[in-house]
Amino acid sequence: MSRPANPLAGLGAVIWLAVVLVPVYVMVSVSLTRQDEALGGNALRPPHHPTLANYGTVLDNGFGHFLANTVLVAAVVVGIVLVLCVPLAYVAVRTRGVWSGGAFRLFLLGVAVPAQAVVVPLYLMITKLNLYDSLLAVALPTAAFAMPVSVLVLTGTLRDIPEELYEAMALDGASPARMLFRLVVPLARGGIGTVVVYASLQAWNGFLFPLIFTQSEDSRMLTLGLFTYVSQFGVNIPALLASVVLSGVPVFAVYLVARRTLVGGLMGAGGK
Amino acid sequence: MSAARGAGRPHPSWALPAVLFFGFFALVPMALAFGLSFTSWNGLGEPRPAGLANWHALLTDGRLTRSLGVTVALTVVSCAFQTTAALLLGVWAAGPQRNRAVLSAVFFVPFLLSSTAVSLLFYALLDPNFGIVPGDTLGTTSGAFLALVFVGGWQFIPFHTLIYQGGARQIPEVLYQAAAIDGAGRLRRFRSITLPQLRNTAATSLVLMVVGSLTYFETVLILTQGGPGTDTAILPYLMYEAGFKAYDFGYASAIASFLVVAATALSLLLVRVTGFGAMRSTREGM
Repeated sequence: MSRPANPLAGLGAVIWLAVVLVPVYVMVSVSLTRQDEALGGNALRPPHHPTLANYGTVLDNGFGHFLANTVLVAAVVVGIVLVLCVPLAYVAVRTRGVWSGGAFRLFLLGVAVPAQAVVVPLYLMITKLNLYDSLLAVALPTAAFAMPVSVLVLTGTLRDIPEELYEAMALDGASPARMLFRLVVPLARGGIGTVVVYASLQAWNGFLFPLIFTQSEDSRMLTLGLFTYVSQFGVNIPALLASVVLSGVPVFAVYLVARRTLVGGLMGAGGK
Repeated sequence: MSAARGAGRPHPSWALPAVLFFGFFALVPMALAFGLSFTSWNGLGEPRPAGLANWHALLTDGRLTRSLGVTVALTVVSCAFQTTAALLLGVWAAGPQRNRAVLSAVFFVPFLLSSTAVSLLFYALLDPNFGIVPGDTLGTTSGAFLALVFVGGWQFIPFHTLIYQGGARQIPEVLYQAAAIDGAGRLRRFRSITLPQLRNTAATSLVLMVVGSLTYFETVLILTQGGPGTDTAILPYLMYEAGFKAYDFGYASAIASFLVVAATALSLLLVRVTGFGAMRSTREGM
């Protein structure tokens, strides 16, 4: 089928391209501008004397440490979510009982409950557990609130595994545990990939839990680090924008290397 | 084969660790929020019983209704903006043309930044002394409101575009061919084939948008601090201010309980409307 050109769509696409790229351009260009030059000038003009000094300022102010904290928390969150949710989804799909159905519905109910709603009581619990100002204080609730969507995605994937494959393995005398590792996990790779992307994004984007549950620079995560730069750098907008650019670099690198996996994972999260 | 049917059934107790963990870190706090809403607590020492004082204040001092109004307005306008843009961009990006694939990859870039980073970027861009938008946008009620809508859209439209792109690719080409033979124009094909076929996609995207709009917290904190006045103080922000700025944790817990009930009702409604929870394979009905 031939596809005639669609000028209206083309125009719309160009407009949206500008909407996306103008802020990105200003962000990168200003981050390369000297502070004294940025204050007086027009933000849209490219820098006269491009400099990397602003990036140096950001790196000298703990950026690497904040990033490492975030990566660590993301890894712990992904680990907890997978270890807990894969068996749960297996039970929800393969057994028909009051308990497994109830467990599934429990998570379903949690899908729309925002983590913000429970931050006050969690703060009380975290202090009582002596976890205040630790990375675990952020990782544990973040994992809990990533579970409902993860369970939905995983049960969706597991339902697509044909009954015959279980029967074939049962004839070979395989135990449920063996089936989990030899059949369910390999065939649910797509769903597991989606959950990994989703759970790490929750940790990556998390702001409120780090804001409320941590205090010291030692346990500061990247989002909170960026926020503290606002008051720390003050009118030094080029340094602030340099920190924003730097914060995007790790995900951008993942995007360049593994675009298909990332986009596929996100489509999975939305496509269920 | 009936002997093997029912094989590979794990013991239900395998679900227990997940249930306990989720229960402890998500359900216990919800119950606790409700309990704390009947106390007076400033964050130090122990909560003291306060009866219905917090609820009385919440329901009579007008802050809740105002904040609820802002939250609903922000959600509705954001959903309308994001759905329109994502639908058009997604259908456009689903085309097989090479240039569309390249541009789609560029369109995705904003989503790679965290909400905090995006908020800081627009904090700089909207700065009256520095930014590229003339005037004090965030100083006026409509300016601050539209800024929040735009910034949320800027970050999340790429994600929803992706969902619509996936949905549009599932539409059987033969429908368009049949319509073309019948002489249907481009607009007619979009209205009579694309839109109805994307119904389920739109439902999914809308659910995620509504849930996501409750996470505008950091955007509000960084861009407007709920201002001017309390004109952009959405519910999560109102709760944050009451708890961690004014140290009135009892009142904050009353707001939190309200949020939990509202969000649970919303999720039940969404599950019902979209069939999200139906125990069925995603392959069915395609």
